[in-house]
Amino acid sequence: MDPVQFFAASRLVIVAGKGGVGKTTVTAALARAAAGAGLRVLVVEVEGRSGLAGMFGLPGELSYTEVSLLRDQGPSGQGEVRARTLTPDEALSEYLHDHGLRRLSHRLARTGALDVVATAAPGIQDILVLGKVKQLERSGTADLVLLDAPAAGHAISFLRSARGLLDAVHVGPVATQAADVLELLTDPRRCSVLLVTLPEETPVNELIETAYSLEDQVGVHLGPVVVNGLYPALGGLDADPEAAAAAAGVTLLPGEVDALRAAAAFRTARQGLQQAQVERLAERLPLPQVRLPFLFTPDVGPAEAAELAVAVTREIGALAAPAS
Amino acid sequence: MTLHPLVERRSILLCCGTGGVGKTTTAAAIALEGARRGRRSVVVTIDPAKRLADALGLGGLTNTPTRVEGAWPGELWAVMLDTKATFDELVAKHATSSEQVERILANPFYRNISGALSGTQEYMAMEKLYELHEESSFELVVVDTPPTRRALDFLDAPGRLTRFLDHRLYKLLLGPTRGYLRAVNVAAQAFLRTVSRVVGSEVIDDAIAFFQAFEGMEQGFRARAGRVLELLSAPGTGYVLVASPRRDTAEEAAFFAGKLRANGIPVDALVVNRVHPTFLPGDAAATRERADAVAGTPLAPLLANLADFQLVAAREDEDLARLAGEVEAGLLTRVPFLPDDVHDLDGLAVVAGHLFR
Repeated sequence: MDPVQFFAASRLVIVAGKGGVGKTTVTAALARAAAGAGLRVLVVEVEGRSGLAGMFGLPGELSYTEVSLLRDQGPSGQGEVRARTLTPDEALSEYLHDHGLRRLSHRLARTGALDVVATAAPGIQDILVLGKVKQLERSGTADLVLLDAPAAGHAISFLRSARGLLDAVHVGPVATQAADVLELLTDPRRCSVLLVTLPEETPVNELIETAYSLEDQVGVHLGPVVVNGLYPALGGLDADPEAAAAAAGVTLLPGEVDALRAAAAFRTARQGLQQAQVERLAERLPLPQVRLPFLFTPDVGPAEAAELAVAVTREIGALAAPAS
Repeated sequence: MTLHPLVERRSILLCCGTGGVGKTTTAAAIALEGARRGRRSVVVTIDPAKRLADALGLGGLTNTPTRVEGAWPGELWAVMLDTKATFDELVAKHATSSEQVERILANPFYRNISGALSGTQEYMAMEKLYELHEESSFELVVVDTPPTRRALDFLDAPGRLTRFLDHRLYKLLLGPTRGYLRAVNVAAQAFLRTVSRVVGSEVIDDAIAFFQAFEGMEQGFRARAGRVLELLSAPGTGYVLVASPRRDTAEEAAFFAGKLRANGIPVDALVVNRVHPTFLPGDAAATRERADAVAGTPLAPLLANLADFQLVAAREDEDLARLAGEVEAGLLTRVPFLPDDVHDLDGLAVVAGHLFR
């Protein structure tokens, strides 16, 4: 599948996965790959403290004000990556401001009553954030909005918030907002969700559960599953170190034979386990997979994100084009 | 040696860290070790992976401890925190009448508190810990803290909820009793009308009904929350920071350790899970050169593979060095990458073996 076609399929792509699966690294790689295909990408962070800026070589944390992370990408030179955060408090004051309720926003902030309101109507904070995301999606400020969703279980309640709120609130601007958000989330031409996992038992189980929950409870369109951290294949690991050294005409130091044997056995065993998990995932969840390598590198930073972006582009290229 | 005195002498151990670093498994393995050393131990888990829950005999949310049978001198029990049931029990404990309990439990706003108010899960985990320690005579309570968006939410949670119940708005909603409050109340009514316009009036009505039903209970709630907080900083309570050797989680753990210290709480142990093994200490670049020198022979891939792992070991060491600087020397325990996920007691025993080498 052509990467441009892939990334342009829906303007909003939500990246979700449990903690520790490398969601931020994958988000950075996806953003780079899309920019490399010539798209203007906006990454939206909703939890702060993600290290995304670091993956583009920028110090510090992102803020509510947009920053440019990468520019002049792609064949046209128009590809770029920008990023910002979105928090419920900021989204709320902006929302109230836009709806002529500036005085209310001050009162809410001053009395701390937002907690009471948020408890009265659960999901309202999520809806405020998603409402702002919808506005960004509509505004055309970017060709692709990549939303780094909250970790794990939070992602489901985050995306469920629109439906939940519509059950509780039937009229008023919040109900309208929730309806708009739900319309966005359930329209495959506007929004899809990419789930990220590691090729390990528990993360795979949780991904399968999350996938079905999201389809059943939210009705979102699921894009390919990103399997992160697969050991790259390396042939010839079954050779005996002593015989191999003899064949190469090299004398190994004491301890090296055992170390070479143990390292080869470890990699072979883990690769086998990873392969089994990838196959189990394919069996249990009929979605295409984008497989990204574990990086045997001294650092995980901009250079590695760029390397993963190449892998993303290659994997997308290998996906079958959707039947039209 | 760092974990031995903790599991033998402390009465409460909190395992904290970000999600996906093996916190639940670590907590369960520590509780198991407590039982093996003759103590009456309980592990409080929050949303464990299903197979680990099965191994602990936990079919679903159970607020009462389930005993895990095994050949050890002490006892091992497990709880899978049920936030709502814990909150219900707390309401029942502080209510003045069964009629009050019923009114509160039936209120939609109350039901939202247990599911939606941020910090409720953390608060109930701490409440459960207090109950197991004070009222159920467990010698060692090991708690797997919820994966929080903000570090230390669990320390703040009891106070946060009482502040919420104590909110000025709540006093206003209960109606004026004195002159000046009457004046404020007019403003409050106007404010509420505006909020109703945004979120709908029925949710505000539910909130008012809840605060009215709750009247008379806030003192009891506040006093108990105060005792829970005291217990969290008591000398018998220890903190085990759990991390993995990825740069982002190591940085998050370092941040967490700093926050704990700022609150006057020392980190008593640091557990790093999923560390890649070191097969042979050495310089990856030199090993890679040797691989290149014998390119085309069967020895080349074996050396290239060793170089790969030496590179990763160096990267992990570097990321962990920064984290280790946040805690006292010698407090770090490394648990290697295990070949398979832990989903039975034998697996937990293997983890405990690494933790208590």
